[in-house]
Amino acid sequence: MKKSMEKNPYAKYEQHIDYTGKKIGMWFFLFTELLFFGGMFLLYSVYRYRYPDDFHTAAMGENIVIGSINTAVLLTSSLSIALSISAIEKGNRRLSVLLQILTILFGLVFLVNKYFEWTEKIFRGIYPNSPVLLNQGKGQTLFFSLYYVMTGIHGLHVLIGTIVISFMVVFTLKGVITRENFSKLENTGLYWHFVDIVWIYLFPLFYLIT
Amino acid sequence: MTEERGNSKEISFYEEKGRYKGVLAWLMSTDHKRIGIQYLGALLSFFAVGVSLGMIIRLSLVSPGWLFGAQTYDEIFTTHGIIMIFLFIIPGIPVAFGNFFLPIMIGARDVAFPRLNRFTWWLYLAGAAIVALSLFIHGEPPDTGWTFYAPYSIRTQANIALAVFGVFILGFSSILTGLNFVTTIHRLRAPGMTWFRIPVFVWTLYATGWVQMLATPVLAITLVFIILGRVFGVGFFDPSKGGDPILYEHLFWTYSHPAVYIMVLPAMGIISQIVPVFSREKLFGYKAVALSALGIAIVGYFVWGHHMFTSGMSDTARVIFSFITFLVAVPSGVKIFNWVATMYKGSITVNSPLLFALSFIFLFSIGGLTGLVIGSLAPNLHLHGTYFIVAHFHYVMFGGAGMAILAGLHYWFPKMFGKMYKERPAKIGWLILFIGFNLLYFSMFVLGYNGMPRRYFDYPPQYFTGHLVSTIGSWILAVGLLIIFGNLIRALFTGEKAPANPWGGRTLEWKIASPPPPENFKEIPVIKETLS
Repeated sequence: MKKSMEKNPYAKYEQHIDYTGKKIGMWFFLFTELLFFGGMFLLYSVYRYRYPDDFHTAAMGENIVIGSINTAVLLTSSLSIALSISAIEKGNRRLSVLLQILTILFGLVFLVNKYFEWTEKIFRGIYPNSPVLLNQGKGQTLFFSLYYVMTGIHGLHVLIGTIVISFMVVFTLKGVITRENFSKLENTGLYWHFVDIVWIYLFPLFYLIT
Repeated sequence: MTEERGNSKEISFYEEKGRYKGVLAWLMSTDHKRIGIQYLGALLSFFAVGVSLGMIIRLSLVSPGWLFGAQTYDEIFTTHGIIMIFLFIIPGIPVAFGNFFLPIMIGARDVAFPRLNRFTWWLYLAGAAIVALSLFIHGEPPDTGWTFYAPYSIRTQANIALAVFGVFILGFSSILTGLNFVTTIHRLRAPGMTWFRIPVFVWTLYATGWVQMLATPVLAITLVFIILGRVFGVGFFDPSKGGDPILYEHLFWTYSHPAVYIMVLPAMGIISQIVPVFSREKLFGYKAVALSALGIAIVGYFVWGHHMFTSGMSDTARVIFSFITFLVAVPSGVKIFNWVATMYKGSITVNSPLLFALSFIFLFSIGGLTGLVIGSLAPNLHLHGTYFIVAHFHYVMFGGAGMAILAGLHYWFPKMFGKMYKERPAKIGWLILFIGFNLLYFSMFVLGYNGMPRRYFDYPPQYFTGHLVSTIGSWILAVGLLIIFGNLIRALFTGEKAPANPWGGRTLEWKIASPPPPENFKEIPVIKETLS
């Protein structure tokens, strides 16, 4: 690639990295993710409208303590990933790596909590298509089906997020992500915030509506 | 192709040496042109399979039970639908012609995310492989129709989960292609290539890209629900567990109606390129044609309910959906009138690309106008679920998008492969195809109007004549296709070397060599006027 000259009208086309382009692409991707989750929220609203009492009763069975802890954990992880971006911007690679690892840990804590929540429910015989649930009526069956599907797919996104951030740790250590070129990390941060925001909506819909 | 490059010293993208050799030189390539050519090859192969399955369906309908039983019939029409829709016509024009020509037409060297582009091609291959697997592994091939309507798709014994997962992967590929194209058009237009100077084909790809991003995720989550329903017994669409099958239809058509515009919008783009070139005129009403693409994309979002007029919906909802359906005909009409106005007093050369383009206008108009018939509530009650619908969407899909692919193939063949095909066989093939097409599908309008239901394996004797005419039409159509593709394949091997600009086109792809050099442009061009 030729060295781009000052005032070169083609500079945008000659340079390897189109920072804005990458960001636009990421926002588009998050937009499609929003619509993907939108399908689930749509189902939730339709069935909540149809079975308001059952949804109310079913939500009482949720463990609000674990739910609140998870909300706090995920919100804090959003802070740590944001700080890791600021750190790399200031050229502090070590701090950035530490903050990224911290974010991964928060993500894992969230998933472990979810694991305990799920196993406890399954132990009580509450899972899609379970005999216990089918006895409790259609509304509650739908509530818990939605609960498993929505938190499950959200959990999958958290898992993917932690894997992606682990790659970012490697990239930062190897010097692929630098002070000058950190758009990979920034886009990962955007993704992580998105996952966080989805949880901000899931939490009240399943835990706080009683 | 190497020795025929003639006087130009630069090499074409076919001769570029990369890190890999053989098949990998193609599969690992991030060059938008190579990816486009690979997509084109895959699409046309699946088209051949889909046509063959369609021929078998037609053959069975002349004498039901002679070839195979009703269950096999269900499986064959389902596979025909899945292959034609998800593997051929939805990816269709954007992945093949869009990939090849979008960057060239806006004066760029590649798309915004070349590696993502390669990834979509791999996803497409993976999705196609999974769909193919669902046909052959233990158990029965899908038998639900391409729509996977619940609750049958949750209860049938067939390999639905696998087929649906394949379609999910294909959807992911489609989303990323749309994302890539929209970003490319925003970021990589050459200096001076303002929004109202980009060729109309690019405008339609832009609108299509948005529809791909906005609609496909809804299909993805709906398909996930089907898989979860089958694997874990989640009953979102199962009435016995409180679910609602109608909700499936809503979610499905929220995607699948806009998907019609994913197929047809870029087809309209191709026609908007071809008609002016062969009329030696500027495109009449460039801005109207460009903006009507966006209009179709936006209004097309709010019409999905017309697929469900008989499924159970309030009268208010039906009236509104019917009204918006009529609205979407307006921007389509704008385009038709503008194409015709472009040709008015033009110096028309009747070459094969124009013949295909004109048959697009004719057949798509029939498809569109019959769409208004079934978009009205009263006739819909009579015609819903009959052969009238089958005829209507084949006129739109095959007569519209399919003809545009053939038009684009004949228009851009010299540029993509650097060879000229013979004009006479192309015209003869076109004529036979056109006759066969109308026999095949117009008789379905009559059958449907007389009450023949779609997807039925057998029928009372009064429908026999109609089915016979239709089947004979399918043979004529197949002969036409054989001549057309035989001619093109022959040209690949023995065709004369194509000049850079055989048709006198004004867009950027005609200003570079045929086939294009690896980097498209030595210097990024500066644009000073509208090119189409």
